[in-house]
Amino acid sequence: MKLPSPVSGELVRPDSVHRAAYISAELFELERRRLFAATWSFVAHASQLPEAGDFVTLDLAGQPLIVLRQPDGNIAVLFNRCAHKGTQLLTSASGNTGRMLRCPYHAWTYRLDGKPLGVPFKADYEGTRLPQCEAGQGVARVGAVEVYRDFVFVRIAGQGPSLRDYFGDALQWVDNMVDRSPTGRLEVAGGVIRNTIRCNWKIYLENVNDTVHPVSTHESAGKAARSVWDEQPAGAPPPMAVEQLLPFASSYEFFARMDAEVYANGHSALGVSFSSHSGYGLPPGYEESLVQAHGQERAQQILGSAPQNVVLYPSLCIKSSPLAVRVIRPLAVDRTLVEAWSFRAVGAPDALLQQALSYNRLVFSPMSIVAHDDIHLFESIQRALHADGNDWVSLHRGFSADELRGGSMHCKGTNELLMRNQFRAWAAHVGSPE
Amino acid sequence: MTAHVWETALVQFVLDEAKALNEGRYEDWLALFAHDGCYWVPLNGERQADPVNHASIAYEDTVLLAIRVRRIGNPRAHSMAPGVSSLHVVQQPRVDAPDAQDGEYRVTTPFVYVELKGERQLLLAGTWRHRLRAQNDSLRIVQKRVDLLNASAPHEAIHLFP
Repeated sequence: MKLPSPVSGELVRPDSVHRAAYISAELFELERRRLFAATWSFVAHASQLPEAGDFVTLDLAGQPLIVLRQPDGNIAVLFNRCAHKGTQLLTSASGNTGRMLRCPYHAWTYRLDGKPLGVPFKADYEGTRLPQCEAGQGVARVGAVEVYRDFVFVRIAGQGPSLRDYFGDALQWVDNMVDRSPTGRLEVAGGVIRNTIRCNWKIYLENVNDTVHPVSTHESAGKAARSVWDEQPAGAPPPMAVEQLLPFASSYEFFARMDAEVYANGHSALGVSFSSHSGYGLPPGYEESLVQAHGQERAQQILGSAPQNVVLYPSLCIKSSPLAVRVIRPLAVDRTLVEAWSFRAVGAPDALLQQALSYNRLVFSPMSIVAHDDIHLFESIQRALHADGNDWVSLHRGFSADELRGGSMHCKGTNELLMRNQFRAWAAHVGSPE
Repeated sequence: MTAHVWETALVQFVLDEAKALNEGRYEDWLALFAHDGCYWVPLNGERQADPVNHASIAYEDTVLLAIRVRRIGNPRAHSMAPGVSSLHVVQQPRVDAPDAQDGEYRVTTPFVYVELKGERQLLLAGTWRHRLRAQNDSLRIVQKRVDLLNASAPHEAIHLFP
């Protein structure tokens, strides 16, 4: 395959995408620098870092990072690399590093904001260029950190849009999730389920908005759930797990009517009219507590909208109900880490957390019978796109030339506009010279 | 029945269960569970106490297990192509509580699990912790807890039953 130029028209047409976008290691390198480093990615939730010195580490598209609570209460994000020889300063996934960072290799020490504190054999550095060189500046920090309602985002690059300009109207769906707490606060709870999948990250992320696949992809899971449940004694309300599995047997019509919105920069909300999450029962007293906290109008607005999936492109997928979030981490051109996070709405009954945990277990666990069929097909796509003979992946469903104006738009739930919108954002970044 | 006989029966039960899984007899396997039985793969392995307020890789009652087994037989269970099979290599089961003070017997069994899908092989190791109940002259699983050694690591799809 001859690699097309990353300039937009050669990789991303208005209605289709060149297969190189999924299989070219060269393009993967470009998108790491031009997309993931240039845009805002979710890295942590503030509830993971209650005390000064608390940290989490992660790999963000090949960049090892430390997210670290500062003594002044702010959150800093540093590259996890000692300024001296490159050792990872922290190797645990989370913990507390105390009042400073200390490299285990040669004991170089740093303040929690990354500034240099001390090195052994200080006298031997006198008269050297260390203070002027990169190594003398301490641990490097990412370009920008912003916290939106306790969701911590970074932009690796020094220059770029602000978080609010980048996410725009899509942030209303973070509010929709956070305001499910009567106190307006979420906490990460119950552990994070992690999956590695042998496919390009975009195949996974597109599928988050793919409403035409469940009928055929999830037929076996939906039918098995329906037939086993139908054999149970009649009249009993379905348990939470069955309530969460049965919608996978929904019709094309159901998904078409749920409607969607797209926003500038690749973001989207699927299921803005209703979704498979709309019908979940509420725990006793919960609605009243939301009305008391937020007022009747806002409470109805929150409970009346539970999108199927909201994408904060390119790293985050939100289900405001059931308080479940997926984090997409590209590992290689053909390998992706998908994390399923569950949240507790502070002040709300634990039944809501249990909904999140149950959903993530049933649908996003390595043993999920729903995910099994998705993963099988994603990995199949990853192999098959190496086939010569057709360089293009079709995203024609519902295309209209009007949509090329961009910005916020409304469409049917089954329109592939949600994927085209992702690729327009992708092409704008990957096609821009650094 | 003497304690010695019970111990033999408990050990044999676990070995027979492994055999049913290894031979792909999932309906037979399902029949080994008590009506209120469950199959649990904690996300944090042996360190995890709570299946309800903490995430798990799997936590299934007999309804969910029946859905899982029903799906395996569906020709449109795409992920089961081109065929998925598994082998549990188990160490001698150890009976921890043969006197059944609470009506349950506890058996611990270290295992190695190999799952084959097409030509791709998945390897897991861990410990089975069975809680078994005597019921009408036979034993039934109240809980089968599967503590994976690398439970909290990222996993590729696990298609069958470690």
